[in-house]
Amino acid sequence: MSLLFYIFSGLMLGFGLMVIVCRNPLSSALCLVISFLGLAALFVTLNAYFISVIQILVYTGAVMVLFLFIIMLLDIREEKSKDWNLLALGGGVIVLFGFVAQLISVLGGFDEGKQKMVPFPEDLSHEDVKMIGVEIFTNYNFHLQVLGVLLLVATIGVVVLSRQQGKEGSENN
Amino acid sequence: MEAGNILTSIEVMPILISFIKIVVVIFAVILPMVAYSVWAERRVSAVIQERVGPNRVGIPFTKIGLFGLGQPIADGIKFLLKEDFTPGHVNKLYYWLAPALTMVPALLTCAVLPFGSELFGEKMVIADLNVGPLFVFAIASLSVYGIVLAGWASNSKYSFLGGVRSSSQMISYEISLGLSLVPVLLIFGELNLSEIVREQSKNGWLLLPFWGEGAIWNGGVDRFFLLFPAFIAFIVFTTSIFAETNRLPFDLPECETELVAGYHTEYSSMKFALFFLGEYAAMIIGSGLIVTLFLGGWSLPFGLDAYLMSVSGDPQQIPWWLGLIHIGTFLAKVIAFILFFIWVRWTLPRFRYDQLMKLGWIIFFELALVNIFITAGILILTRDPAP
Amino acid sequence: MPITVERPKLTLLEKFYFPAIIKGLRITIGHAIRILRRKKKVTMQYPEEKWDDNMPEYYRGAPALVTDEHGRERCVSCQLCEFICPPRAITIIPEEIPSDDKWSKVEKRPKEFEIDMIRCIYCGMCEEVCPEQAIYLRKDYAITGHNREEMVHDKEKLYEIGGVREGLVNKWNKLK
Repeated sequence: MSLLFYIFSGLMLGFGLMVIVCRNPLSSALCLVISFLGLAALFVTLNAYFISVIQILVYTGAVMVLFLFIIMLLDIREEKSKDWNLLALGGGVIVLFGFVAQLISVLGGFDEGKQKMVPFPEDLSHEDVKMIGVEIFTNYNFHLQVLGVLLLVATIGVVVLSRQQGKEGSENN
Repeated sequence: MEAGNILTSIEVMPILISFIKIVVVIFAVILPMVAYSVWAERRVSAVIQERVGPNRVGIPFTKIGLFGLGQPIADGIKFLLKEDFTPGHVNKLYYWLAPALTMVPALLTCAVLPFGSELFGEKMVIADLNVGPLFVFAIASLSVYGIVLAGWASNSKYSFLGGVRSSSQMISYEISLGLSLVPVLLIFGELNLSEIVREQSKNGWLLLPFWGEGAIWNGGVDRFFLLFPAFIAFIVFTTSIFAETNRLPFDLPECETELVAGYHTEYSSMKFALFFLGEYAAMIIGSGLIVTLFLGGWSLPFGLDAYLMSVSGDPQQIPWWLGLIHIGTFLAKVIAFILFFIWVRWTLPRFRYDQLMKLGWIIFFELALVNIFITAGILILTRDPAP
Repeated sequence: MPITVERPKLTLLEKFYFPAIIKGLRITIGHAIRILRRKKKVTMQYPEEKWDDNMPEYYRGAPALVTDEHGRERCVSCQLCEFICPPRAITIIPEEIPSDDKWSKVEKRPKEFEIDMIRCIYCGMCEEVCPEQAIYLRKDYAITGHNREEMVHDKEKLYEIGGVREGLVNKWNKLK
């Protein structure tokens, strides 16, 4: 199992790095897809099938396809300029060091992380969907409803906005 | 952990059994079925149009025709030996990657389909996941990438338009595909495809609940009233599978009259064959999914399973001959559905693009949504509240 | 004046599409069943079954030379056919008939008479133009060969296809 962990986390981190290294936006998007797939595989090794499948279904199957779609519709010319923007580079390095320092400090103070993990109870391992469902629809029911209303509002807003634009633009609506 | 420790900690037998199952299912069942569904497509289309179709290729160097059953092998050899031409204006990496990306998801989805009950005590499913249908959707949604990349990397306007059409079509119909499935999952209260089939084997198929506890005279009133939403779900699901696999009433991504051949215009030889076969593989998996969810998967109708089990004596162990009958039943149902796909293809004309989008977003989306509420209402009224 | 055709108003049943789809499916399966039960036969399995018996008398197949009832070759190598042939498929090398020959009063006969069957378009102009009724289009249609040389019919081959034709034939009659 640990072997699989190293393979998939390596895959994830490697392609995560490629996302920012690649000059072609399409390549970046596809690297992100592979990174997501690595993440989903990591979830599978933790027996969290539902989260892993949702990860693929929502992020790689829907969100990234739309990203790819929009990138394709744009006029892509590979950025030829190799000039280093020193200001941006410096800022990036500072943010990186700050982030790593914060991570180390937080993880250093996390004493429970140094202990061995509690063994996963066997009888729970095949019921993750049911557990998530019960948890969401009983303990977090109100939050779920609020989220639903929020999303509905956002959807209606998008529809209204796009219809108005259509009317102004031409008579095609 | 030491290296030797890792190797000893892995149990060899389950891996070996999975490996055998994968190899047999992919190479002995799915791929020949893909090849022969192409042949069936040609023969059935010919018969519908009062022609003959490929009926000559049989055993080489003899005059034995075998109804043209050698045709897929000849086609395969032809595809392999043709010139593999890569146009100069394409993006090489993605151009090469795209055909594989359409074929692989189609084959991956068959991992969770239960194609039989048990054979020698071994479950006849490659991966018995408890998120079966979601896994199928997740992997099937990846097949968009192959088509989009093919369209984009080919660097030609027809391919590009085909790719754009295909991806928007697949995204649109994934929604109604997923939503139409929710009532089914509500009825069974289960996300494991093997368990769903076992339940149907015991208490009646979703669209044919006339034995076991599902029959109306045995107290299955809920199942009787649930026939209506189940039928709506079946129609929406089947039509969406047509759209997902780019089959004919919805084959706008590759409609010849407008887009030459759509996203695979620039492809030749085996790379084209991968697109072609990927479409058929997706069709087979789609048929398998419909059969599993709505028509009882590997189970025999009218309680024959229970009867045959009682004949065999041991009520726990499914005998090997019944296991083989179950596999045969599943394959027969899938083949019947493939013939239905072909029949529809050679009957209906192609939809217009706006009609397609209208059907997906305005009719099927709402229908599937309303269907969930109908199912939930019937379940509340007819079933005892869960303990 | 432009004529506007109103879109037909669909009834509720028609808007559902399903009756129409089922109707279509029924039609196609009907055709399939009719073929499968061999109620109707359309395709002829070519090499095993042939159309030859139904071939009309005026069928234009391979052009060929004929001899008359005395065994005399009718062609007098006037070269009209060579001249008229649209794709220039015919090549004739004439020859004088020696004076001791039985038919020496005809004076000329073809030494070589070649029709390139790759070029021939089966138009029948040669047959129409021939003043001696020596060249006819026969019913042979399966003319094949492994190379270009084989596809050129020489004099011997042309007489072999043509055979004997007795008496004068009214060419303008459909049934020649």
